[in-house]
Amino acid sequence: MYEGISGGFNVLWIQSGGCGGCTMSLLCAEAPYLAATLASADIRMLWHPTLSEETGAEALALFERVLSGEIRLDALCVEGAMLRGPNNTGRFHLLAGTGVPTIQWVRRLAAVAENVVAVGSCAAYGGVTAAGINPTDACGLQYDGRREGGALGADFRSRSGRPVINVAGCPTHPNWITETLMLLAADLLGASDLDAYRRPRFYADHLVHHGCPRNEYYEYKASAEKLSDLGCMMEHLGCVGTQAHADCNTRLWNGEGSCTRGGYACINCTAPEFEEPGHAFLETPKLAGIPVGLPTDMPKAWFVALSSLAKAATPERLRRNATSDHVVTPPAIRDLTRR
Amino acid sequence: MSAPAAMDEPARLVVGPFNRVEGDLEVRLEIAGGRIEAAFVTAPLFRGFERILEGRDPRDALVIAPRICGICSVSQSHAAALALAGVQGIAPTPNGRTATNLLVATETVADHLTHFHLFFMPDFARAAYADRPWSARAQARFKAAQGSSVRGALATRATLLHVLGLLAGRWPHTLAIQPGGVTRGADARDKMRLAATLSAVRQALQDQLFGVPLERVAALSERGELDALRAGDSDLALFLAIAEDLGLDSLGRAHDRYLSYGAYPGEDGPLYARGTFSPEGPGGVDTAAIAEDHTNARMEGRWRAHHPFEGFTFPDADDEVGYSWCKAPRLAGLPFETGAVARQLVDGQPLIHALVATSGGSVFARVVARLVETARTLIAMEDWVRALEPGAPWCAQGDMPRGGRAAGLTEAARGALGHWLRVENGRIAGYQIIAPTTWNFSPRDAAGVPGPLETALVGAPVRQGETTPVAVQHIVRSFDPCMVCTVH
Repeated sequence: MYEGISGGFNVLWIQSGGCGGCTMSLLCAEAPYLAATLASADIRMLWHPTLSEETGAEALALFERVLSGEIRLDALCVEGAMLRGPNNTGRFHLLAGTGVPTIQWVRRLAAVAENVVAVGSCAAYGGVTAAGINPTDACGLQYDGRREGGALGADFRSRSGRPVINVAGCPTHPNWITETLMLLAADLLGASDLDAYRRPRFYADHLVHHGCPRNEYYEYKASAEKLSDLGCMMEHLGCVGTQAHADCNTRLWNGEGSCTRGGYACINCTAPEFEEPGHAFLETPKLAGIPVGLPTDMPKAWFVALSSLAKAATPERLRRNATSDHVVTPPAIRDLTRR
Repeated sequence: MSAPAAMDEPARLVVGPFNRVEGDLEVRLEIAGGRIEAAFVTAPLFRGFERILEGRDPRDALVIAPRICGICSVSQSHAAALALAGVQGIAPTPNGRTATNLLVATETVADHLTHFHLFFMPDFARAAYADRPWSARAQARFKAAQGSSVRGALATRATLLHVLGLLAGRWPHTLAIQPGGVTRGADARDKMRLAATLSAVRQALQDQLFGVPLERVAALSERGELDALRAGDSDLALFLAIAEDLGLDSLGRAHDRYLSYGAYPGEDGPLYARGTFSPEGPGGVDTAAIAEDHTNARMEGRWRAHHPFEGFTFPDADDEVGYSWCKAPRLAGLPFETGAVARQLVDGQPLIHALVATSGGSVFARVVARLVETARTLIAMEDWVRALEPGAPWCAQGDMPRGGRAAGLTEAARGALGHWLRVENGRIAGYQIIAPTTWNFSPRDAAGVPGPLETALVGAPVRQGETTPVAVQHIVRSFDPCMVCTVH
């Protein structure tokens, strides 16, 4: 059944306290599609909850062969938060057919894995599953929110010596996953290739602001006032794209999409504790009329000075378009106006 | 694993992890004489989204609720937006309504394709069927993750989801659907791009899945017309041959009571009607008669069933009686099945009507209903793209009052989805969710009445030596369960 299983890069995928959305997103991989992308790096799914034939006893038999070392596990991918509750028993999620808490299965499998990959912000940090009163005492694989620790503990290192790699996002872009796995398969992901929250820097060294089509509105502080407006969403509608680490507006989603292109705020879903911003997601908290969260690496005094200057200089075109749901005033065509 | 695989005829089986369903599922079976005598369905994962939502700004529901589920995300978003619109006393603009229909329909059609090709059909490519005349063709097309049709469907699905990329930023987990409409308008060029995307999807489905024009599938009205489609070389033709050989129309019948909240609102009512259908005939949906029973759920509050406006979610960590985290929703005290078969029955689609009239809501009827609905919905989507009106408003604005309550009822791919929202002092005071698979995979209620899947499994054959009976897999997957929605 598993012919040729010793070659290639073997991936086992486990889901726990999450929504399955990172898998659903993964299946949207394009140019090339998922199967061709994985095949290009000889990545094999030993078992995946959505893709594999094996169910029930067949799947458990495979897990046992991995645990015994008979089948090499190059990457354990975990999607969804780890549920420690109730009362540290892990019983809010027993792996079906086993009576054993999934958090225990993950600890066992992580111990034999060459690499461990947290797929999505839930598996990385706890994510939305850990929001509010955190009913299930959810946490990430190696983080509990911003704090190191989590289900595997701060000292955990997989057999390759790497810590858990946090492909954070809610959901993850399909190619954040495939490219991480491909880099691991090629042994090209070193310690310096992860950022402070252990996200692969190939996507986390960018800001969502980069490539946002609303950049001109941002420059002149021409702000959207209500949802469906075209203007910059930072001042009123909760957008933190200038602080959020991800390449959403240069990589794009499902063809030509991104959150800000879809007309709503970036909520920084690649960050630990994004689920508790301390205010309504789609409303910008302000102090004396100034947004509390400033663009990354920008001194406050300069932001205030530049903003007031920019507001004074806002072209009428941007002022009008910013509060409309379609372009009412197009940009002037310079060579015509010169004549 | 507690499956006594060594015994020739195990009296009890526990099947799990049950993959190729969304989320985590365990099924406990009692078997005698090679047939299932009783089934107990367990949802083994509890996250507590209803509790996570409590105390938040009501508008945050649009961020939190879709993250219940990565495969029904847009439907969850729609239900939340409807509940918020109810509290605000507003309705979407016509453009907002049409665009929302497009977004919800895109997800539903994508889910139907995912179900057929990735979840359901790969079981027929199993070695257990190596002796059947269609086995080689089934393996070539439907081998899990590898078959030619599986790969083709993934490509078609990715193309289709460009509708979400363009109109909603991404899929899953968009914030584009709001109480008053959508956050992004479409211009004339967007309409051309959407039309091109839908045209590519239509072509792929006609070439590979159906072998005939969508219109012919949508208009199927009797069994003979369906059987005629076996002549071709399509995926549908192969499915029909397999279904005939294995008798899938006599497998997996539940209570034959169906519920639909109605789907895709329009100026003159929904595209698919709202109502119930039972052996006594069609009926309305009295939402006041919906209640959730906790008797076999590991939840506090077993003394009586609760209407969702009065409902609550307190998991009982010490409970040893309940066997699922899933509550048991009932309408007027009765279990109901929901999904494409319910939608098409309630809407009066003649073929689905005929199939259910002949042999009840079987594995076969559920799958055919999904395929017919795929064709009908895609045709409607083409119309909606044409109806989008650049320049007209996309999103009505409302104010969130300090208090109020409303229900948001919509249809996800898997069936009836409801959010019941209570706002007090400007915060969420109560948020109860009944998802499609909560209905379909509910545990027994106080009267001991099993849920639809528990009933559908009774009588299913178990072959000698099977630890994960293949008939059970067909029946379970015929519902297209979404377990992360079920308990949430």
